[in-house]
Amino acid sequence: MPLVLTEEQEMLRESARGFLSEKAPVSEFRALRDSDDETGFSRDLWREMAEMGWAGILVDEAHGGADFGYVGAGVVAEEMGRTLTASPFLSTAVLAATALSKFGSEAQQAANLPAIAAGEKVIALAVDEGVKHDPTKTALTAEKSGNGFKLTGEKTFVADGQAADAIIVAARTAGASGETDGLTMFLVPADAVGLEKERTVMVDHRGAARLSFQGVEVTGEDVIGNVDGGAAVLGGVLTAGRAGLAAEMSGAAQAAFEMTIDYLKERNQFGQAIGSFQALQHRAAHLYSELELAKSVVLKALQDLDDGFQMAGPTASLAKAKVGSVAKLAALESVQMHGGIGMTDEYDIGLYLKRIRVAQEMFGDTAYHTDKIAGMRGY
Amino acid sequence: MDALEQFRQETRAWLEENCPEEMRDGAVGEEFICWGGRNWTFDSDAQKVWLERMAAKGWTVPAWPKEYGGAGLSKEEVKVLKAEMRRIKARSPLESFGIWMLAPALLKYGTHEQKAHFLPPIARGEIRWCQGYSEPNAGSDLASLQCKCEDKSDHWQINGQKVWTSYADKSDWIFVLVRTDPSATKHNGISFILVDMASEGVSTKPIKLISGKSPFCETFFDDARAPKEYAPGVSSIVGEVNRGWDVAKYLLTHEREMIGGGGGGLLGGRGIGEIAVGHIGLDDKGRLDDPLLRAKVAEAEVDGWSFLLTMERLKDEAKAGQGVGAKASMMKYYGTELNKRRFELFMDAAGSDGLEWEGARSEDGKLARNWLRTKANSIEGGTSEVQLNIIAKHLLQLPGA
Repeated sequence: MPLVLTEEQEMLRESARGFLSEKAPVSEFRALRDSDDETGFSRDLWREMAEMGWAGILVDEAHGGADFGYVGAGVVAEEMGRTLTASPFLSTAVLAATALSKFGSEAQQAANLPAIAAGEKVIALAVDEGVKHDPTKTALTAEKSGNGFKLTGEKTFVADGQAADAIIVAARTAGASGETDGLTMFLVPADAVGLEKERTVMVDHRGAARLSFQGVEVTGEDVIGNVDGGAAVLGGVLTAGRAGLAAEMSGAAQAAFEMTIDYLKERNQFGQAIGSFQALQHRAAHLYSELELAKSVVLKALQDLDDGFQMAGPTASLAKAKVGSVAKLAALESVQMHGGIGMTDEYDIGLYLKRIRVAQEMFGDTAYHTDKIAGMRGY
Repeated sequence: MDALEQFRQETRAWLEENCPEEMRDGAVGEEFICWGGRNWTFDSDAQKVWLERMAAKGWTVPAWPKEYGGAGLSKEEVKVLKAEMRRIKARSPLESFGIWMLAPALLKYGTHEQKAHFLPPIARGEIRWCQGYSEPNAGSDLASLQCKCEDKSDHWQINGQKVWTSYADKSDWIFVLVRTDPSATKHNGISFILVDMASEGVSTKPIKLISGKSPFCETFFDDARAPKEYAPGVSSIVGEVNRGWDVAKYLLTHEREMIGGGGGGLLGGRGIGEIAVGHIGLDDKGRLDDPLLRAKVAEAEVDGWSFLLTMERLKDEAKAGQGVGAKASMMKYYGTELNKRRFELFMDAAGSDGLEWEGARSEDGKLARNWLRTKANSIEGGTSEVQLNIIAKHLLQLPGA
């Protein structure tokens, strides 16, 4: 498949850019942050996005979705990255929709996918327990109890975990922490008895939570995929999430870069635009080159998800590794080149630095994925 | 059966019958290239026969028009031909600067008469060309070149020196940037002239590099003469007099695409990790037994993979009708810097073995010499800093760049 967007995907990009610049520019996110809201996103805006087909972008038409594929989802994520739009797109439209569409039972799909596509149901993914992402270290236990299981343990860094109507949680049904096998994925209602949620206000002010499972009872019906076979489910879901985050970071990095280039042309010191100084020109030109590489790996990872979902892990890791470091460089260079004004809260560039830092960390940072690639390549 | 499929079958049958067995070893190294030219000595009869047969078919330059020595094939047909050649591991019958550099300039800026005169001998491998651009005092600032070319009414007289003229000592003709109007502003007094190196007053001298032997030469013009016309209507100057900078710029873009990895296959071959494991081995967890080097290797492979995908994307964008333009500078910059990084890692991995300069064990210091040679990647064809200037000016529109 050629590494370019199709005409249909280009149209989606244009309509996404139009919608977001009107309904969800950076000023909207800033207003949301300053209002100390409990949710971390606007439910009204999310419903409007659902009307655009974005909530169900990975949901098939039989379940009321737009079925636009991963490249389409990535295009929207990238545009949201540009405008720093806060929404449950990643948690619900990418992660939960992937989990249920690719691995859910018919009953689970019927009960959840139409509600996701309608923008009525928000579902979060709970994986991490330690400070660094590593699914093999899952220790939250699912103990057999009658016909079902009892979940006990802690989860952290759960995007939209405080506002979600349901949680998809990775639990250990066999083996020990550090082992890939023995995981099982459960879909748990957010109001289940014994589930405690704590909103964690993060540096990017998006919705995130720590969850505590204290003997939460679930049944066999709540298992997504197979018991002890959760690694395959989680692997697929994380692959989609990593590609989605890479797309978002690429968009955020591009926007920060464009703001910075504009600033270099406007800001005068020593009687000339600072953009005429070669010290800054070369740094900007290098960053431009890195951003071009980032665009390529993002598109490749998304296309691989559409072409052969099972085989998309390597390029998703490549995208998360490469774009993580490029977006970080873009954020850091942008702040530095803005000088003093870039350090002020009033100016938007700092918001990009903050969001990119969080997206970088989520589902494995550059070091995690670079290490993974070295392993795949036999060293 | 559609026309393309029929072409494939005919091509396959023709190659099967006409490609000599010895030319089917897939060899691609510099020592296996057939460069052609007046003084060319063929490695083998097979190499000669292969060139003659392919040239007769127009397949040394399949996309060129038939009247200029090509076969007039469409892009799709060229792809099929290349694929069929790969299938039997056929060597390329002919490579040359004439094909890569002069021909694109002639095809864009030359007259019909110039094309008809100069292109067919290139296609047949009869004339070998070299490029006379840089001068001792005109490197990155190429447009400040001073090689003088005076109008002597019935001929041009050339005086000056060129440097870094690759393979000048083995070439028959040279395309040279000369100053035809010393009073004009620097970009406006340059012409692109074609000179027979057998002419009186043209001489060359090889340059030895830090890597040892090199294809580079110095080329001197001492009252060298070039006729105004080589044949009726065949001017020795390509494009307009004093507008040679346009031609030069166009060609530099081609050269950059090649050096950046497009044609040179800089990033082909075995992975850095694989090579490093060969030297250093794995620890008990199956990781390269040098954790800091492992991290650097993995980062370089991530960047290399990303770069290859970017080459692929730009090619696909070009096919979809979006020009590459100044992005060639981005690829040249990134690709050459990456290649230098790669060779630094090879040297790190090889340790003291990689430092051997002579002897059979090291193939006469192959790695060390290649490592040293890569240092020129980010200098030749415009330094990395010049490429960054071009990106700043043309892609980012930064002021004063």
